[in-house]
Amino acid sequence: MSTPSPDQRQIEGSRGVAETVARCRPEVICAYPISPQTHIVEALSALVKSGELTPCEYVNVESEFAAMSAAIGASVTGSRAYTATASQGLLYMVEAVYNAAGLGLPIVMTVANRAIGAPINIWNDHSDSMSQRDSGWIQLYAEDNQEALDLHVQAFRLAEELSVPVMVCMDGFILTHAYEPLAVPDQEKVDAFLPRFLPRQVLDPGDPISIGAMVGPEAFTEVRYLAHLKQLRALDLIAEVSREFRDTFGRDSGGLVRSYRCADADTVVVALGSVLGTIKDTVDEMRTEGERIGVVGITSFRPFPFEAVSRALAVANRVVVVERAFSVGVGGIVTSDVRASTANLGTGRRPREYTVVAGLGGRPISKASLRRVFTDAIADRLEPLTFMDLDQDLVNGELRRIGASPRSGPTAENLLHELRVNARQIPERST
Amino acid sequence: MCWPARSKPASFSLLKPGVSAGIGPDMFQIRIHGRGGQGVVTASELLSVAAFAEGHHAQAFPSFGSERTGAPVVSFCRIDTVPIRTREPVVEPDAVIVQDATLLRAVDVLAGLPASGFVVLNMARDLDEDLRARLSAFRPDRVAVVPATELALEHVGRPVPNAALLGGFAALTGAVSLDAVVTAIEERFGPDVAVGNVAAAREAHRTVRTCREESGAHVHTIA
Repeated sequence: MSTPSPDQRQIEGSRGVAETVARCRPEVICAYPISPQTHIVEALSALVKSGELTPCEYVNVESEFAAMSAAIGASVTGSRAYTATASQGLLYMVEAVYNAAGLGLPIVMTVANRAIGAPINIWNDHSDSMSQRDSGWIQLYAEDNQEALDLHVQAFRLAEELSVPVMVCMDGFILTHAYEPLAVPDQEKVDAFLPRFLPRQVLDPGDPISIGAMVGPEAFTEVRYLAHLKQLRALDLIAEVSREFRDTFGRDSGGLVRSYRCADADTVVVALGSVLGTIKDTVDEMRTEGERIGVVGITSFRPFPFEAVSRALAVANRVVVVERAFSVGVGGIVTSDVRASTANLGTGRRPREYTVVAGLGGRPISKASLRRVFTDAIADRLEPLTFMDLDQDLVNGELRRIGASPRSGPTAENLLHELRVNARQIPERST
Repeated sequence: MCWPARSKPASFSLLKPGVSAGIGPDMFQIRIHGRGGQGVVTASELLSVAAFAEGHHAQAFPSFGSERTGAPVVSFCRIDTVPIRTREPVVEPDAVIVQDATLLRAVDVLAGLPASGFVVLNMARDLDEDLRARLSAFRPDRVAVVPATELALEHVGRPVPNAALLGGFAALTGAVSLDAVVTAIEERFGPDVAVGNVAAAREAHRTVRTCREESGAHVHTIA
């Protein structure tokens, strides 16, 4: 039994992120609204307009490509730059996303995770940020809204200390639109934690240089290798910054990975993002029934903390990776990295590994379904790649149509039509 | 069934008092049904702010089935004595609030509600036979029919049923107090908008509470 702490307010996740970003004192914010990121940038624009966030220039750009391009421009002239996006917006800015990383510019961006079309879908999954896992940005995933707030403070610190851009990924709607008790980091503490931005490279008319040279075969590999070294250095710094954050703000946020009830766990569930809360509740229930099951939450997906994951899974006989995105034709994205982590546990044995793809395009992830797949995994009767709550009848219907006709039509429309027909067959309640 | 003596169509009903109390585990889960534009998301947010104001942990979140105005929409609220971690939609609510009675024909708004669950229904007319039959699955003292749209028109001048529904919810369930609901309304809206909403919440609360207190004397059995 507990009550919320006095520094907490009951606010929307997006509101909390906006206020926290404001306390990080960005000097330029360039953003284009897209659900479910909109509330964040709306709140920030209001804070700039009201003068609460000053000095800061809010640039209402005409697209996401412009948002990232303007953030690059702001950053190379020595300004602390911030933007936020989601889904198609992130894809639209991709060329500039890679440029920000390649140039080593410490931009911080919130990704309010949302599925990618087609079919168009406004709901949550991780397809958007996962598509940018090789872009050279650091990617941190928030387990809850408090962590989403705290990660932004840490993100600016990491970005500027390493001169690398950082993406803070938070589940769209599930976190961005949730009201819960949140402590917005105190301004004085943020100021102490986050020193003034000293750009490693800066465009200055008084001392002209160029940034963004064309590099040929003679040095391209070396530039890329140095970017890799920077990410490896980030592994140490992410952990350090998280420890320092705890010392300053008094709570655990960020870091590389976090283990939960793993000490004696035979089965360990690995996941990232807001599903960890539901997983922990499920695991608690299964623990009371005597199952030796634990959870490893990955906060830093890029760089991937191979050693920390390997240590966290050292005693597990079975690993279930729950993923909110997947690589079509391959399977789990996170699983590949988890598998590489467990390849050398040093014991000569490897845990059995399962991938559970769940929550695509906003499909709810329920405790009941999680419990079912975990129970199947413990009994070793789970398929190595499982799509949780897949409507197999719906799939079979479309496969039959494709087999029966050379012109079976668009899949998405076919499935929706079939769902509507089925819904009509359920006798309507008369009232 | 308790029908307060009012000349207006505005009427409150509390079906007959139950035998035993007991909500069960500490977590109290509410599902709110409405139509896009009626403020179903705002309702759950206000409820979470009210619960927070009383020192509880609370979580409110929407389920955007469709963003079209008029389409059926759902939001959720959880209230607990410990921090809330789960993010799954509420499928077995302790209480259901229905902002629009026409939803009863379109959506199974009572799905997953146990026999001990609470129902707050926005409706100005008497329950018809079919609705009585459906609500008879629940304890009569845990069903409140609140003419929230009428109360809003009277006090706010616009058909915004949230405040009255939350006032009625507070009186029916005790999960939050009327003061906390008022605090949430005042925090959310400017004084001009808040005052009418607070009046609607207070009236709904008063009438539902009166019904509860008097219901022992006004029991109508449901067929």
